[in-house]
This record gives sequence, structure tokens and C-alpha cells, in this order.
Amino acid sequence: MLDVANLKVSYGQSEVIHGLNFTAKKNETLAVMGRNGMGKTTLFKSLIGVLPLSGGSIHIDGTDISKCESYQRVENGVAYVPQGRMIFPNLTVQENIETGMGVSKLKAIPDDIYALFPVLHEMRHRKGGNLSGGQQQQLAIARALVTNPKVLLLDEPTEGIQPSIIKDIANVLNEIKKMRDITIIVSEQVLSFTMAVADRIIVIDKGNFIHEDLRDDVDTDKIKGYLSV
Amino acid sequence: MGGYSYGELGAIFAMQGFSGISLFSVLLLMALGLAIIFGQMGVINMAHGEFMAVGAYTTYLMSSLTESFFPAFLPYYFILSIALAFIVAGAMGYLAEYVLIRHLYSRPLDTLLATWGLSLIMQQSFRSIFGAREVSPTLPEWLLGAYPATDMIDIPINGLFVLGLTIVVTLGVFYLMFKSSWGLRVRATTQNRVMSGAVGINTKKIDRFTFALGCGIAGIAGAAFTTIASTGPTTGTLYIVDTFMVVVFGGAASLFGTIASAFSIAQAQSILEFFISGSMAKVFTLLVLVLILMFKPEGLFASKVRR
Ligand SMILES: Nc1ncnc2c1ncn2[C@@H]1O[C@H](COP(=O)(O)OP(=O)(O)OP(=O)(O)O)[C@@H](O)[C@H]1O
Ligand SMILES: [Mg+2]
Repeated sequence: MLDVANLKVSYGQSEVIHGLNFTAKKNETLAVMGRNGMGKTTLFKSLIGVLPLSGGSIHIDGTDISKCESYQRVENGVAYVPQGRMIFPNLTVQENIETGMGVSKLKAIPDDIYALFPVLHEMRHRKGGNLSGGQQQQLAIARALVTNPKVLLLDEPTEGIQPSIIKDIANVLNEIKKMRDITIIVSEQVLSFTMAVADRIIVIDKGNFIHEDLRDDVDTDKIKGYLSV
Repeated sequence: MGGYSYGELGAIFAMQGFSGISLFSVLLLMALGLAIIFGQMGVINMAHGEFMAVGAYTTYLMSSLTESFFPAFLPYYFILSIALAFIVAGAMGYLAEYVLIRHLYSRPLDTLLATWGLSLIMQQSFRSIFGAREVSPTLPEWLLGAYPATDMIDIPINGLFVLGLTIVVTLGVFYLMFKSSWGLRVRATTQNRVMSGAVGINTKKIDRFTFALGCGIAGIAGAAFTTIASTGPTTGTLYIVDTFMVVVFGGAASLFGTIASAFSIAQAQSILEFFISGSMAKVFTLLVLVLILMFKPEGLFASKVRR
């Protein structure tokens, strides 16, 4: 499904991602864990095409998308939920979701989206900027899902969100996995959340992968060690 | 204002008000186009006035062609000219975006310079093609004259027509921006360009069409403009300053603000012009505007949503 080879990303002269290799299969959920500033966001931005690659390649279903612009990557099946959510504050909830529907040619918001996020249906006429952080996170996920992605990228979906809502978001992701054939790549610092959703866990440190494990074999103390300063 | 009776003053206000309507219409159309372009890509189009002149010259050309070849068509050509002014100015805007402006989006000062340069080039082209003298199209009979509302108040027909045209165009723009999926993409891009790309919006295509639309509306303004004054190579320059005032005063982000501000500026100038000279009226309007902006720097109508 998603094939990343020797991916390098730089800000100006300084390289932040140093040649990462990984693949993610269909119906697999992959978690990338790492402390602040280790390069998770940079990795995700380069996957969606917000940042250019300085080397390497990204293939999705065999199609090379490394030279594509963001909107073309979305057309090829990548969807992105950024850190900090980045919903459109002046658009209504419904309009926010509709921005993602140009790619999938959907005419109306599918019922299963509102079934996943009932609160969005309730608030569909409110401005996105007036939702709470947790609601905005759901909105950002809904907006990504209506593009009918093959690969869903979520950058720290639990950041700044209270524990009970974090559980809800984990349930939603598991629900999505059941409903669709989808690859999910999620970056995280919260181990309990990762353990609830991921099939495989990779630890990133200063732009390199330093550890990888299937969820069922994970030694949680070891991962906690990597995540603490 | 001594020397006028209340009845006379009322009539003066009403009549100057109605003659201000044409100015209001042209300013509003110009400001709409300018604000759409600025809102979408942060480009201040210094050549916007020249796109208006393109519309005016298109109308003039249509009028001459009709007069020489299809005189029977004279009563109707004006309607066709409006559509053509939109298309010609829009197409030129599309071209300008493609050739020039899209390469400079990350450099706001350079777009200012580039569009200014473009305005000079366009002015010189007008001079070479149409000559330095001002031209005006032959307006159809039905646009001329006035409707006598009372024995003291005459309402000019062309003003009413231009107002109607402006209302139609403004409603069209509203529909496009707020009800169509294209408008949704424009508004999304305006708010967050990077994120719009990441939800699958081709922002560059949106840019190009938005620029073309803004210039096309300026073209319509040009067609409307021919009903109130004659067109010369520098016509655009004369109107661009007023248009900037409208946009700044209205708050660039709000269509309602643009309308309110075009209305107050056009009416203030038109009514004041009766009592003091035209340039004094302009100075006075500008002073009031500066004063208001000192207290409300974000313009009359800033949008109220937390970010
Ligand atoms: N725009 C930028 N210009 C220069 N350096 C940057 C820029 N953005 C990030 N960096 C650097 O790149 C490195 C990786 O940052 P990144 O945002 O990818 O980390 P992260 O793992 O997402 O962190 P967090 O958990 O805090 O979100 C950091 O050292 C950061 O300082
Ligand atoms: Mg980050």
C-alpha cells in the first residue's frame, strides 16, 4: 500500500529526516512514536506534500507520488489530519467537511460520517472555529475521511485532549478500520492510545527509526524509556 | 448651506444621491473584484483600473462596430458588450495571472511592482491602439434621459440601469462565493492555503480563476462606466484610488463591508460635490475616512470569529 524509501527532509541546510524506510500494508495501523522535536510532524508533512522531499521516494499502490503536489496526493488516496487540527475556522462544520468532498465527488455528506461523529451533526451549522479542541479533532478526521483515502495520516490526534475523549478517538479509529479498507499512520506520544489502536509501533529519534515492534510483542517499559527524556 | 430652502435641499440631496448611484455602482464592482483577488491570494492588483478600462474600450469597440456594420442592432449591443467586457477582461486577467503573477505569490512587494508595471504597459497599449483622446460609445436611446419622479427630482435612467446591473452581478458573486462548491474552495484557500491543498483542493487553479473573475468584474465595471463618463488611457488610474479607499474602509474580508463602504464614499462625494468643488469633496471624504480608520483600523466590518 504505502512504500517509503530512503526519505530525507530538510529545512534549508539542516536535514531533519535522515533516510527513513518503511512500508504499511492495507488494513494496517502503524504508530510512529517519539519525543518532542524528533521529526514526526516533519515526516507527516513530507508524506502529504506540504514539505518537499530532499531525497527518496513515496509510492502508494505502486504509483510514485513523491513529485506530486498535495492535492494530487489526496487524489491518489492520501488524507491528512495535521497536528493542531487546522480546521477552517470561518467555515461551518458542514462546509469544513465538504472541502474534502471535491476529490471524492461525493454530493452529500455520507451518513456513516455523522454516525461516527454525532456531535458534528448536531453542530453542523456552527463555525468550525467555535468548536472545542476535541470537537475540532473529530471534524479534522471527518474532513479527511470524506476524501475516501487509502492511507490516513494522523499527526498527534490526542494532543491537548482530555483522557475520556482520547478513548473516544481510539474507538472511532478502530471503528473506521472495521468499516473501510484503510491504512492508518498515526504519530503519538501517549502509549495507552497507541496500544489501543496500532498494529505496529515504530520509535523515531532525531529523524531516524530506532525501534520497531508489533503491538502484541511490545515491551511497554522499553517504549516508555524511549519516550521519556 | 445658506440660501437653499428645505424643499430645495431635499431635492438636491435626492438628485445628487441618484447621480451618486452610478459612481457607487462602478466603485462597488471595482471593489468587489479587487477584494476577491486580495482575499484569495493577498495580491493588490495595481492594474485593476486598467482591466476596467479594457471593459470600457470593449464597449466602445462594440459600439463602433455595430454602428458601421449592423446599425439596426444598436439598441441591443450594449447588453452584449457587458458580457463581452466580462469575457475579454477576464481572459486578460487569466493570462496575466498565468504569465506574470503566479510566479510572485510568495513576494507581496514584487506583485505590487509587477501589477503596477502591468498597468503602465496596458495604459501605453490603450494609447497606441485607441489614441490619447477620450472616447465614448454611442449609448442606445433607451439608456438616455431621465425619469421625472417629482417636478424637482429627475432620476437618470442610465443610473438605474447600472444599479440594476450591479445588483445582479453582486448577487451572482454572493451566490458563487457562498453557495457554490467553487466558492467553498475559494473561502477555504483564503483561510488556509496549505491545508486546502492537503484536503485535495487545487489551489493554483482556484487562484487563476479567482484572478480572472476579479478582472472580469472590473470589465463589467468598465462597461457600466461608459454610461457616466468617457474613456481615456488613464481612466483606470483615476478610479483605482477610490477603489482602494472602498476596500480599505470596508475591511477587505467582508463583502457587506465593501457594499456599505462603496455606498458611503460614493454618496459622500456626490452630495458634497454639489456644495464644494470636486477635489475638495474628495479631500473631505478622505479626511473623514482616515479619522474613522484611526478608530477602527480593521475597517468597518471585520469578521467576528475566534481563530
Ligand atoms: N519550519 C522549520 N524550520 C526549521 N526547523 C524546523 C522547522 N519545523 C521544525 N523544525 C525542526 O525540525 C525538528 C523536528 O520537528 P517536528 O515538528 O517534526 O517534531 P515533532 O516530532 O513533530 O515534535 P512535536 O512532538 O513537538 O510535535 C525539530 O528539531 C524542529 O526544531
Ligand atoms: Mg509534531
